[in-house]
Amino acid sequence: MTTLRTWLNDEAPASAWQARCGSYYRGLDRALRSPMTLFGIAAVLLMILVAIVAPWLAGIDPNVQDFTCRLSPPSSAHWLGTDQLGRDLWSRLIYGTRPTLLIVLLVAWLSAPMGLVVGICAGYFGGWINTVFMRVTDIFMALPRLVLALMFVAVMGPGIINAVIAITVTAWPPYARLARTETLAIRNSDFLHAARVAGIPTWRILVGQVLPLCLPSTVIRVTLDMAGVILTAAGLGFLGLGAQPPLAEWGAMVSTGRLYIFDQWWVAAVPGAAILFGSLAFNLLGDGLRDVLDPKHA
Amino acid sequence: MKRWMFARSLARGATRALLTFALTVVGLLLITFLIQKASPIDPVLRVVGDHASPEAYHAVYVEMGMDRPLYVQFGRYLGKVSRGDLGVSTSTGRPVVEDLAQYFPATVELATVAIVLGVLFGVPLGMWAAQRHNGKVDQYVRVLSLVGYSVPIFWMGLMGLLLFYAKLKLVAGPGRIDDIWKYTLQSSTNFMLIDTLRDRNWEAMRNALSHLILPALLLAYMSMAYIARMTRAFVLEELGKEYVLFARVKGATETRLLWLHVLPNIAAPLVTVISLSYATLLEGAVLTESVFSWPGIGLYVTNALFTADVTAVLGGTLLIGFCFVALNAVSDQFGYWLDPRVR
Repeated sequence: MTTLRTWLNDEAPASAWQARCGSYYRGLDRALRSPMTLFGIAAVLLMILVAIVAPWLAGIDPNVQDFTCRLSPPSSAHWLGTDQLGRDLWSRLIYGTRPTLLIVLLVAWLSAPMGLVVGICAGYFGGWINTVFMRVTDIFMALPRLVLALMFVAVMGPGIINAVIAITVTAWPPYARLARTETLAIRNSDFLHAARVAGIPTWRILVGQVLPLCLPSTVIRVTLDMAGVILTAAGLGFLGLGAQPPLAEWGAMVSTGRLYIFDQWWVAAVPGAAILFGSLAFNLLGDGLRDVLDPKHA
Repeated sequence: MKRWMFARSLARGATRALLTFALTVVGLLLITFLIQKASPIDPVLRVVGDHASPEAYHAVYVEMGMDRPLYVQFGRYLGKVSRGDLGVSTSTGRPVVEDLAQYFPATVELATVAIVLGVLFGVPLGMWAAQRHNGKVDQYVRVLSLVGYSVPIFWMGLMGLLLFYAKLKLVAGPGRIDDIWKYTLQSSTNFMLIDTLRDRNWEAMRNALSHLILPALLLAYMSMAYIARMTRAFVLEELGKEYVLFARVKGATETRLLWLHVLPNIAAPLVTVISLSYATLLEGAVLTESVFSWPGIGLYVTNALFTADVTAVLGGTLLIGFCFVALNAVSDQFGYWLDPRVR
């Protein structure tokens, strides 16, 4: 352990690899000292864990209706009370992590590759490809996110998959810009020239050499954006355009709780607090990651 | 730089910006057009009904130009929109443009009050935080803004209504103004504050204000969070520069330093940030207005959604999108004009 730390903190690193490991290590060390980042990491891990073990944590099926105790306040039988159909709110809260994380994951999986492909191609090939791709990116960047998503879902029909597509349509442009900047910075470096001279096919250069260098900054940006994605998805759910009943989704749960807000306020308060928790977690994690991987902003 | 050269460079920048703006608007129209085309809702069936004969269906199909190639249809669509024709809403039975003219002022009023409050609090808070970098104030401001852009606005609105309207009875409930005043106002700009002011109807104005204050404060908090954070980052970057050191050496007070030396230097990016959050407020109206039954464009669009009134949804989307794009363009231009360094 001691030797590893000495190797990482070496004043005169013998290789670029060692230098980079060392700088990540010191960044991680710095980030872990910040209680906010620690909270972010812990909260995201907690959400993932809860989503996996939901059936054991919840105890009660989230969709079982019990009209004898509808809208009951928190009690020992129902820790957070019940909604208008007598469904257990604690159980629905626990299961609600699943659609939220599913949307976040899908949006990340769809929009990051899309942005990377556009950005790397624009940066690497330059010329008219750059002009066209970046114009298109700028246009998408200037469009209102929530309203376009709303319109898309309104026209194509509500549901989680359509919500994901709608959010993705407006989520990819920042990644394209980022990837283009990173690619431009290394485009004329010697190792790429060497690769070209060695006759490595272009697509392999792009995937094997350029892509890995664009990944760290993209990962940070994606993490930071996930907080916004959670909010947009919850907003769509609140308007009845995201996840459809009876699926337990936090935004939709706030929307049903809205009818009882003045008398049984916990029905809306509980899932809303969960949305806040989720989005806060990703914001803190993103901030922390940025400190680690991008020392310029530290 | 000579004055005519400055004017020329400004003009060139403006032309460029105008072109970009036009291109983006066409892009917006193209996207909405394509989404509409991909829609499973058949616009012909909406006109002729379910039981129309194939001949009648075909006649309307041709009449609506659906048999022409897509680019021709898009061209016609562009022409219609540029003449201010957004179609007729199927739920209200009126031209969408008229509906929008009636609903939009409510949104603008709310967003404008919110952004003014957001700037008034956000900029000084951000400066204060930067001044006490890593101190207590900085931490508080950081937490305050973190919560501000992590909180779901519709939930905060509901909780606000619960607390300040239902429990504490400090503010009026949903809506823009009580029904007693709604039909007695003489002026009709649809901006409640202006209408009541022109009528010299102070009681109605008080009522309108007590309806406005809660949603406006919540939206102001959201934009304040963003503005404070960005201001802090901009100021921190400036504080390390030599002119700041020089001003300090010459004995400038911290207040003077921040407001007279640093502020002009961060004005350009700050304007961009402010106009961006104004645009976000217009867009966020969709959620806030739904919670507060605020009769603005957001409520109009969400109501149209549930009656499958695609023309109205499209019209609302286009208007919000247009404002969004326009604000972006204007702020770019403004920044260019404010900051000689980017010329």
